[in-house]
Amino acid sequence: MEAFNHLDGRMAPLPMANIDTDQIIPKQFLKTVDRVGLGAGLFYDLRFTPEGRERPDFILNRPEYKGASVLVAGDNFGCGSSREHAPWALMDFGVRCVISTSFADIFYNNCFQNGLLPVVLKPEEVQALMDEAQGGNHLVTVDLAEQTVVSPTGLRFHFDIDPARKHKMQNGLDAIGETLQAAKDIDVYEMRQAISQPWLERA
Amino acid sequence: MPAMAGKTLYDKIWDAHVVAHADGDEEVFYIDLHLIHEVTTPQAFAGLRAANRPVRRPDRTLAVADHNIPTEGQDLGVDGVADAEARLQLQTLGRNVEEFGIEFFPMGDIRNGIVHVVGPEQGRTQPGMTIVCGDSHTSTHGAFGALAQGIGTSEVEHVLATQTLRQKKSKNFRVNIEGTPAPGVGAKDFALAVISTIGTAGGTGFVIEYAGEAVRALSMEGRMTLCNLTIEAGARAGLVAADQTTFDYLMGRPAAPKGGAWEMALSYWKTFRSDDDAVFDREITIDAAQIAPLVTWGTSPEDVVPVTGNVPDPASYPHADKRASAARSLEYMGLVAGQPISEAKIDRVFIGSCTNSRIEDLRAAAVVVQKALDRGLRVADHVNAMVVPGSGLVKAQAEDEGLDEVFIAAGFDWREPGCSMCLGMNPDQLEPGERCASTSNRNFEGRQGRGGRTHLMSPPMAAAAAIAGHIADVRDFL
Repeated sequence: MEAFNHLDGRMAPLPMANIDTDQIIPKQFLKTVDRVGLGAGLFYDLRFTPEGRERPDFILNRPEYKGASVLVAGDNFGCGSSREHAPWALMDFGVRCVISTSFADIFYNNCFQNGLLPVVLKPEEVQALMDEAQGGNHLVTVDLAEQTVVSPTGLRFHFDIDPARKHKMQNGLDAIGETLQAAKDIDVYEMRQAISQPWLERA
Repeated sequence: MPAMAGKTLYDKIWDAHVVAHADGDEEVFYIDLHLIHEVTTPQAFAGLRAANRPVRRPDRTLAVADHNIPTEGQDLGVDGVADAEARLQLQTLGRNVEEFGIEFFPMGDIRNGIVHVVGPEQGRTQPGMTIVCGDSHTSTHGAFGALAQGIGTSEVEHVLATQTLRQKKSKNFRVNIEGTPAPGVGAKDFALAVISTIGTAGGTGFVIEYAGEAVRALSMEGRMTLCNLTIEAGARAGLVAADQTTFDYLMGRPAAPKGGAWEMALSYWKTFRSDDDAVFDREITIDAAQIAPLVTWGTSPEDVVPVTGNVPDPASYPHADKRASAARSLEYMGLVAGQPISEAKIDRVFIGSCTNSRIEDLRAAAVVVQKALDRGLRVADHVNAMVVPGSGLVKAQAEDEGLDEVFIAAGFDWREPGCSMCLGMNPDQLEPGERCASTSNRNFEGRQGRGGRTHLMSPPMAAAAAIAGHIADVRDFL
């Protein structure tokens, strides 16, 4: 997993609530057996007309937002389907951080498996960023060690994050390797369960 | 909270599965059953292979092919699947389960079907279990008093490798549904009522336990519908404590314990219920008698109106965000503020999905269709209606009961099992602008096909819409 520590990047506003993972990456892109290349399908129906032409008015198609690495979005970002293709598509497109007032649980969790930082700020803070993102200067700084977002005009917002998740994100750690350090505990659990719930053991 | 407060059902399942402390707020907890399918696993198996890791418990893993399979011509096998990408994904699953020794019901096997129909049907889903699947509607299995949740592909790989998950405990939320519903009102309406009451993010960070006399009175299939839609209220898992209804459903199923093991299992299962003095972080009560048959009007499952109601005016919402999204929804849906929802003329009907494709769903729809046939009515001329059973076994049972003949006589298309038009990964999709009365779970923009317009409702309501040609009150058809 890619580590995340500090980011200076462009910020694009998506002032909509309930942006679901079907919108982030529509179904036709889920037939892949790979993790890479999904950026082409990111926000497909918003970015492209049914004929496949870019919609010039969509925020990520506007020249001043090209290459945006931070999205600022409305409430409940990432709701719906559990598809991890959503964070894969965002990452593949170059997005490394999404800021919102709230995230759907499964999406939030999936972000931490991939080095995509989900930042929860207060509604008035998200609104302030949204307003600035719609202005002329889109450069924002996100620092994970400090747990801060600094807006284009220098407004500084603090965010909370679970310390264990922060540590893993900063170091790009593989959760499976870590869990396998508890392999003995898993063995013991399974032995106990085989005795207490023998009907679960299948021949 | 008092130090000695009782435990909730969720607390008990959680405590019974903690293997070790992970770090921070996270615990490593054990997964009893892992259900997998073709769409969210190829990258997980590739990860295992790259790290040279085995599947820890292939015997606790069950695979089906459901998301992208066609709903006709399944007897041609995977090689007969026209879509090359879907075919490759199905072939990849076949290779992966063979290499790692995982039980698999392939497309065309009578036991295959939608993963959340198959697990319960086979008796693999049992009370007190922890269950995961790379699909958000895994919450369905909570109907058995099992902690069941959707996970992403990285976590699928984690469970394959370790049979555990690292997770922070959620908060407890109890939804009581009391009273007796009116005829024509059922589990789907309960679920839509809950979502519209608490909103699509109302359950975020919680596990919801459903209780109350109207929940107790639901069949297992009704409970599955209710728990299935829990994710649409933002909660990863829904729960109904196991009771005699649960045990009666499980007895005799292929993977259910038998003989002495059954008695042993039964006494274990009965321990999984919330204590009388358990404390919930949040609790609401809904009166079932006040719920009318419900339909969605917008592009979020919380956009709900009674079938007798009108499309809301975006200006009526207090928040600017919601006003803007409601206006956008109306435009997308091709509806006008204030119009009676029953005036919405439909083009398509979809009866199916992990929410509503079980035998009772098909029976409830068939009752409405049979009554229409008795009055000389059939599917409206301009409507294309399809029924997609949840599994090969559901399909076979429906055919034994003659339900297929009722549907076909009325002009429905009777299909083979799969996820189908719920998410439109296979050829079953809406055309741009088509309006669909659907028993599925998501009315998101483009969900059932780009530009498609989805109205969520119960199976009998969808059947009534098919006959009427517009959204209709099922009570007029009973």
